[in-house]
Amino acid sequence: MSKVRVLVGTRKGAFVLMSDGKRKQWDVSGPHFGGWEIYHLKGSPVDPDRLYASQSTGWHGQVIQRSNDGGKTWEPVDNKFTYDGVPGTHQWYDGTAHPWEFKRVWHLEPSLTDPDTVYAGVEDAALFRSADGGQSWQELSGLRGHGTGPKWQPGAGGLCLHTIILDPSDPQRIFIAISAAGAFRTDDGGKSWKAINQGLHSQYIPDPNAEVGHCVHHIAMHPSRPGVLFMQKHWDVMRSDNAGDSWQEVSGNLPTDFGFAIDVHAHEPETLYVVPIKSDSEHYPLEGKLRVYRSRTGGNEWEALTKGLPQSDCYVNVLRDAMAVDKLDKCGVYFGTTGGQVYASADAGDNWDPIVRDLPAVLSVEVQTLS
Amino acid sequence: MTGSVIRIVLPPHLRTLAQVRDEVKLEVEGRVTQRSVLDALEARYPMLRGTIRDQVTQQRRPFLRFFACEEDLSHEPPDAPLPPSVASGAEPLIVLGAIAGG
Repeated sequence: MSKVRVLVGTRKGAFVLMSDGKRKQWDVSGPHFGGWEIYHLKGSPVDPDRLYASQSTGWHGQVIQRSNDGGKTWEPVDNKFTYDGVPGTHQWYDGTAHPWEFKRVWHLEPSLTDPDTVYAGVEDAALFRSADGGQSWQELSGLRGHGTGPKWQPGAGGLCLHTIILDPSDPQRIFIAISAAGAFRTDDGGKSWKAINQGLHSQYIPDPNAEVGHCVHHIAMHPSRPGVLFMQKHWDVMRSDNAGDSWQEVSGNLPTDFGFAIDVHAHEPETLYVVPIKSDSEHYPLEGKLRVYRSRTGGNEWEALTKGLPQSDCYVNVLRDAMAVDKLDKCGVYFGTTGGQVYASADAGDNWDPIVRDLPAVLSVEVQTLS
Repeated sequence: MTGSVIRIVLPPHLRTLAQVRDEVKLEVEGRVTQRSVLDALEARYPMLRGTIRDQVTQQRRPFLRFFACEEDLSHEPPDAPLPPSVASGAEPLIVLGAIAGG
């Protein structure tokens, strides 16, 4: 029988939740790395018991942990992220040139084909890769060397590379996103990169249609259609049907199109999920109601999903990496909040239950469907 | 030649990371300085690399302090000799995390 493993990164440790395919009863283990910020942890698609976790604190910096038994035991691996060559500068908040400085790993993306290969998206924005299970890291410096690099500016959370999407149909193609530079794509395995921000419109930058400078919060792709991308930008939900070459807004009837998380149904590539957040100055849901919005039409037409979610006095946030889906039928949808709840729906969003409450603030949620 | 046996007290998170319960005892060859002690510590416990000093710049991480013999040695040059009682093992070198929270 299938099982589901939910990997939760929080401000004060990692938690691993297990259930059978019914997804009613959950066993919670953790905290792993108690007291440390776990920005992200994720499993290998080809060896689900191989997990990678990003562990950090302001006191002790970055540690990378690896598990070979599905999160029961962990071992620290290499944590040296050295920018390739002379790091150069990006823009600081005040517009001055600021040298690239490594701060932390925001996102770990294991290879689709090799459990020892994993990508790391870091702050200050860069993409690293390990081909030896995290024992050493090398920068794919073509990204940071993109001609626009000196113009990149940090968002409020820092200049972070937070999204990495590997194209299952083309091992040379990778999509990444940086706050607040925008989205980029490589078609040659990371040697060269193209800014893919045409069609994004951001009022908070001097040229709202600039090539870079957009605060992309997250991007999602359905593996059966790797040319179709969905984006939650700072404001606006966007869609691309040509691998990011151009984007169209699909916010439609959303009550607010600010937000962080976005994901796609496991079996319906036109079914999307977002969690609208009131505004960029009020990082909580509208009217104190925690509502997931689902579109079955690839955007524009959205319905509120509320059953089982708090509909009064709820002022949590749902961060960019804190939503994921399982591959069961019906598709399970999961998200974590800054209030420490992880909510799950075993019926594609129609009904929700908290599968754990009162964790530290949730930073990331990933789901593994195990056979 | 046998080196000096140095005692190091690590903050709780680093004791967990290094899987040590109490203070660490290390043999340090040659001059006993912040640098030589941390070099020996990281050689014995590679998982601590980068957690006390930056791996590239070798600068002490800003929220950590080095105390010994009731003195703050954090701003001493990394190659300055540590106090004789640390070098003899009579007193520990304390790696301390800054207090923060609320």
